[in-house]
Amino acid sequence: MLQFIARRILVSIPTLFLVSVLVFFLLKLLPGDPALALAGQEPSPEVIAYIRARYGLDQPLPVQYFTWLWGILQGDFGTSIRTGLPISEMLVQRLPVTLQLSLQAMLIALMIGIPAGVFAAIHRGTPIDYTVSLIGLGGLSIPSFWLGIMLILFFAVSLGWLPSGGYVRFSESPIDNLRYTLLPSIVLGTAAAAIVMRHTRSSMIAVLKQDFVRTARAKGLKENIVVVRHALRNGLIPVVTTSTLHLGELLSGAVLTEQVFGIPGFGKMIVDGVFSRDYAVVQAVVLCSAVIFIILSLIADLAYVILSPRLRS
Amino acid sequence: MTNDTSTPAPTPLAGPRASGRKSALRRCLSHPSTIIGGTIVVFFVLVAVFAPLIAPFDPLASNWGNVRQPPSALHWFGTDDLGRDVLSRVIFGARASLAAGIIAVALAIALGVPLGLMAGYFGGLVDMVISRLTDALLAVPFLVLAIALAAFLGPSLQNAMIAIGVAAMPIFIRLTRGQVLSIKNEDYVTAVRGLGVRDRAIIVSHILPNVLAPIVVQGTITMAVAVLAEASLAFLGLGQMPPAPSWGSMLDIARQFLTQAPWMAVWPGVAIIAIVLGFNLLGDGLNDTLTPQQEDG
Repeated sequence: MLQFIARRILVSIPTLFLVSVLVFFLLKLLPGDPALALAGQEPSPEVIAYIRARYGLDQPLPVQYFTWLWGILQGDFGTSIRTGLPISEMLVQRLPVTLQLSLQAMLIALMIGIPAGVFAAIHRGTPIDYTVSLIGLGGLSIPSFWLGIMLILFFAVSLGWLPSGGYVRFSESPIDNLRYTLLPSIVLGTAAAAIVMRHTRSSMIAVLKQDFVRTARAKGLKENIVVVRHALRNGLIPVVTTSTLHLGELLSGAVLTEQVFGIPGFGKMIVDGVFSRDYAVVQAVVLCSAVIFIILSLIADLAYVILSPRLRS
Repeated sequence: MTNDTSTPAPTPLAGPRASGRKSALRRCLSHPSTIIGGTIVVFFVLVAVFAPLIAPFDPLASNWGNVRQPPSALHWFGTDDLGRDVLSRVIFGARASLAAGIIAVALAIALGVPLGLMAGYFGGLVDMVISRLTDALLAVPFLVLAIALAAFLGPSLQNAMIAIGVAAMPIFIRLTRGQVLSIKNEDYVTAVRGLGVRDRAIIVSHILPNVLAPIVVQGTITMAVAVLAEASLAFLGLGQMPPAPSWGSMLDIARQFLTQAPWMAVWPGVAIIAIVLGFNLLGDGLNDTLTPQQEDG
């Protein structure tokens, strides 16, 4: 197992290096000059030259890249041109917000997706299956930002039950934190629930055909015991791995959800960074997204090995 | 990107190709998902093509005396903050969405399939370089990559299409490479190679036709993703710029008038759901019929 983990980590290193190269050089080509953006209204050439020197923008690109990479390896992502704060500090503040949203969304997705997928698989080929599958496909087709707007319209504007936007930290008030993150989590969790449902359905259909399920039925076990105790335990293995991977995709979804609900998270950071030409922030967010995705891929692979008895042995 | 449909290796055409294609076409046309999804997509294509004939008003014409009017007999979907007819803007908005879906996916296929063919067929260093670059691109979440690229190119519909196409490209590289690996050592490929046929001719005439089915399926599913991505970029201000109608930018504006004019937010969203659902249904149906191994799932 340790050998497997070591091999997977080694394989990830060149990918991460390439991501860093792509992220750095691609975003250096963003239109506009960050030194000009930082210098404010009608700056003098001396001020611009000072800012270029201060942020290393006057260095050749390869030098800038390796300085940037060396800094990142030491946890220094640079300074935000817009806020003047260290980016690592911003990441520490914002990443937990998005992770909380993503985990709550995944919880909602699993709570809806797994029972719906099992139900559809049991009733395969019936109107129930078609209905559940169509609802699942509908869940995949709803734009998250539109669903967010509709939920705000209904639960915040019409009923006044929940806030329409903003964020309160869990440490400040757990109840308010839940109130502020409930709607965004539902929005993020909807598409994820559809994906979990589709994977659970496919996986359960395959498992329900296998010999050990037939044997369990032949022994006279009740159908719900066959499904829950025997089939589901095996059917959920691919669902666990794909759900882990999908957590990375939720980061993508969080960009829009956080924008709609005005949540100061990781996703909103990239949008703010793009519009203020804050290259360093955009680079940091894209790179962190890739690192998180690669870590989740590793966890998904590990989970598959641990949960699959054949591979474990 | 939301992409949960795995596409297995297609079986190389065994019998006469024409009859195989006919039966595949017949299967496609008799599958409920393909019929419903295809009908929805064709409906939107017709709406986009004939938008100037169908739309009751000029989608760009402001009417300050008619600002934020609720749905009525004259304005079925109501009017927006500048007094423009929402129905007309939704109708014209289909053009941006469909163009984004079709052109972005065409770009992704045009870039991704040749790279996948080369990586899979030649292997070695070519495969290593292409595959590592693909891994790096796939490691960045789809929308994050599309936002970064769209920001780099500047906000416009054309640039959004390029950004989405490039962000979707690695999926096609990986899919095509996998398909090529599964068939490049088949007897019929070995036979034509033995006859001295050039690599380029083998790839174009013998390998490409046999990897097309999963590419078509993936292309259809990716169109749904591309339409959603275009709407998302427009919503963020990185796609089609106002006053040109785009469903995403219409929703961005509608968000500011939720309490005064909620109808502004409803219809562009319904249109996005309908067209994305259409592409998803079509993709599902094609997946079942063009890659029959999938029928079990």
